[in-house]
Amino acid sequence: MIQKLGKWVDDRLPVSHFWNAHLAKYYVPKNFNFWYYFGSILLAVFAIQIVTGIWLAMNYKPSAADAFNSVEYIMRDVNWGWLIRYMHSTGASFFFIAIYLHMFRALMYGSYKKPRELIWIFGVLILVALMAEAFMGYLLPWGQMSFWGAQVIISLFGSIPFIGPDLALWIRGDYVVSDVTLNRFFALHVIALPLVLLFLIGGHIMALHEVGSNNPDGVDIKTNKDEHGKPLDGIPFHPYYTVKDLFGLGVFLFLFAAVIFYWPDGGGKFLEAPNFIPADPLKTPEHIAPVWYFAPHYAILRAIPDKFLGVLAMGSAIMILFFLPWIDRSPTKSIRYRSLAFKIILFSFVIAFIGLGYLGTQPVNYWTTLFSQIFAFVYFGFFVALFLVSRFEHAKPVPERLT
Amino acid sequence: MMKVIVFLFINVLGISLVFASEGGAIPLKHVSINLDDKAALYRGAQTFIAQCATCHTAQYMRYGRVASDLHLSSAQANSLLPPHLKLGDEMVSFMPADYAKSVFGTVPPDLTLIARVRGADWLYTYLTSFYADPTKRWGVNNAVFPGVNMPDVFAALQGVQEPVYQSVKLPDGSSEQRLVGLKAPLIAGNMPPAEFDTLVRDLVAYMVYMGEPAKLQRMSYGPYVLAFILLFTVLMFLLKIDYWRDIKKPVKPE
Repeated sequence: MIQKLGKWVDDRLPVSHFWNAHLAKYYVPKNFNFWYYFGSILLAVFAIQIVTGIWLAMNYKPSAADAFNSVEYIMRDVNWGWLIRYMHSTGASFFFIAIYLHMFRALMYGSYKKPRELIWIFGVLILVALMAEAFMGYLLPWGQMSFWGAQVIISLFGSIPFIGPDLALWIRGDYVVSDVTLNRFFALHVIALPLVLLFLIGGHIMALHEVGSNNPDGVDIKTNKDEHGKPLDGIPFHPYYTVKDLFGLGVFLFLFAAVIFYWPDGGGKFLEAPNFIPADPLKTPEHIAPVWYFAPHYAILRAIPDKFLGVLAMGSAIMILFFLPWIDRSPTKSIRYRSLAFKIILFSFVIAFIGLGYLGTQPVNYWTTLFSQIFAFVYFGFFVALFLVSRFEHAKPVPERLT
Repeated sequence: MMKVIVFLFINVLGISLVFASEGGAIPLKHVSINLDDKAALYRGAQTFIAQCATCHTAQYMRYGRVASDLHLSSAQANSLLPPHLKLGDEMVSFMPADYAKSVFGTVPPDLTLIARVRGADWLYTYLTSFYADPTKRWGVNNAVFPGVNMPDVFAALQGVQEPVYQSVKLPDGSSEQRLVGLKAPLIAGNMPPAEFDTLVRDLVAYMVYMGEPAKLQRMSYGPYVLAFILLFTVLMFLLKIDYWRDIKKPVKPE
């Protein structure tokens, strides 16, 4: 009976085709290491954010008068509301932790290189959409940091010559961040951007499954196939990587739950203390700090004395990522076989990114500005150096098969 | 490579030290909070309602929630409750807002979430750091919140502490009197210092609880959730090992 029903459906919908193409007969290199867990983890976090978001939206009120109160109502009077809210707020931070590690993996193993340029471009688009999603979501609790953070970031658009002030006004829908802004950010946060993210993630995975996964050796497994046309170093994604990724997901969920239950404010990094004060348009906080995941970009912005040039620098810091597949001209993919020069510049880039992340949350003074400038220089210098290093690089020979 | 690492490490360390050197007139005193001590939380709630709630609100905290979270008897719960309110009501202030405005010039801030904004150490230090300052409206000032527009509500219990000033040379040659510490009150309070200290600690503990009542729940569910996920992870690990048995080791290059 069940089998008959299954066949009936399968004749009309490509269920088993999909299952085979993307899981049971989708061949993946067998040497994935730690860094390859984050793709499936990101998918899980996305699902967690959608589900907890639906339940939050059932009790949240997107208006300047009620927003802050409704969040406290969720925290106190809604059954399990605190858990749903902490899952969502912690999920936002973990989303960025996972996406930054996922991107670092791509940098190390050259996963953005031909033929995977489009996967990388979809990935950077996902990052941009996720940043917009997080920024708009952060306004919703309507605390002091929500309000003033949004005020500062939207005012950045105002520094663009000619169209700036009108553009900022168009985004806010008002002369200051207000009820109108909150209401439209809510709409964008719960409907528009999640849809955009869903399509982009779909595109990312479709592009990935078209060309197949890279691996820590950067060797194409499709060049060595057996008599049935199966890659010799490939194994079907299901069941091998489904069980492996479930284990990875378990470790991830353990850390995730540890934060939710014992450290939900992340030492003031995941939930900032001033955000427990309701938004007050008349009282500017002494120190407006972005959430940690925006801090590196914010530090680049502040490193440049001119506001508009700072905005340009901040924008280019993300935009330049789109060009990475063409900036890196070396045919060798994996860091394992690349030159010492590449290792040094990649390591400096990581230090600069972390350094900027720290500085972006600190008050401005002579030292923070100086170091932000140095790190911003290293950040952009990485791409220049990569362009040159990759041209003249003496890479080690890459093996034929996976090691 | 190593030199680069050491260079960067020293610099990052250097800037963190620059930031660590900022601070107030007196260092914050540390207070350890034990939310399992329900008796302390109950005493704190009594102090909060008797002292703080006269002027301040705690508009997100319901009396009934305090009663159930602290396992209070109905007699204890009713002792917290002002006559005109019910258990389901929130802790609104006894002072009308317009009256508060005429007395203080502003409506005293809501205190429900103050512990999440300031932290327990700050609250404990703040509540014990009022000192005599005749230039101020209420005759007192505060070492961690200079110029605060709040009377010292514990003056009768603690006595009014005296400030210790020190003359500090400014870069332009002039000098300035700066607060460097506090000393014991000239007239002792009604309460022995140790007893007063306990009262403030209990009050701060209650305010920490009030800032996040869910903390009691998450602390009690936490171990079970983590144990469940751990079990799941171990099972998945064993499953992975079992499935991967038939995958040949990668070919080693000759």
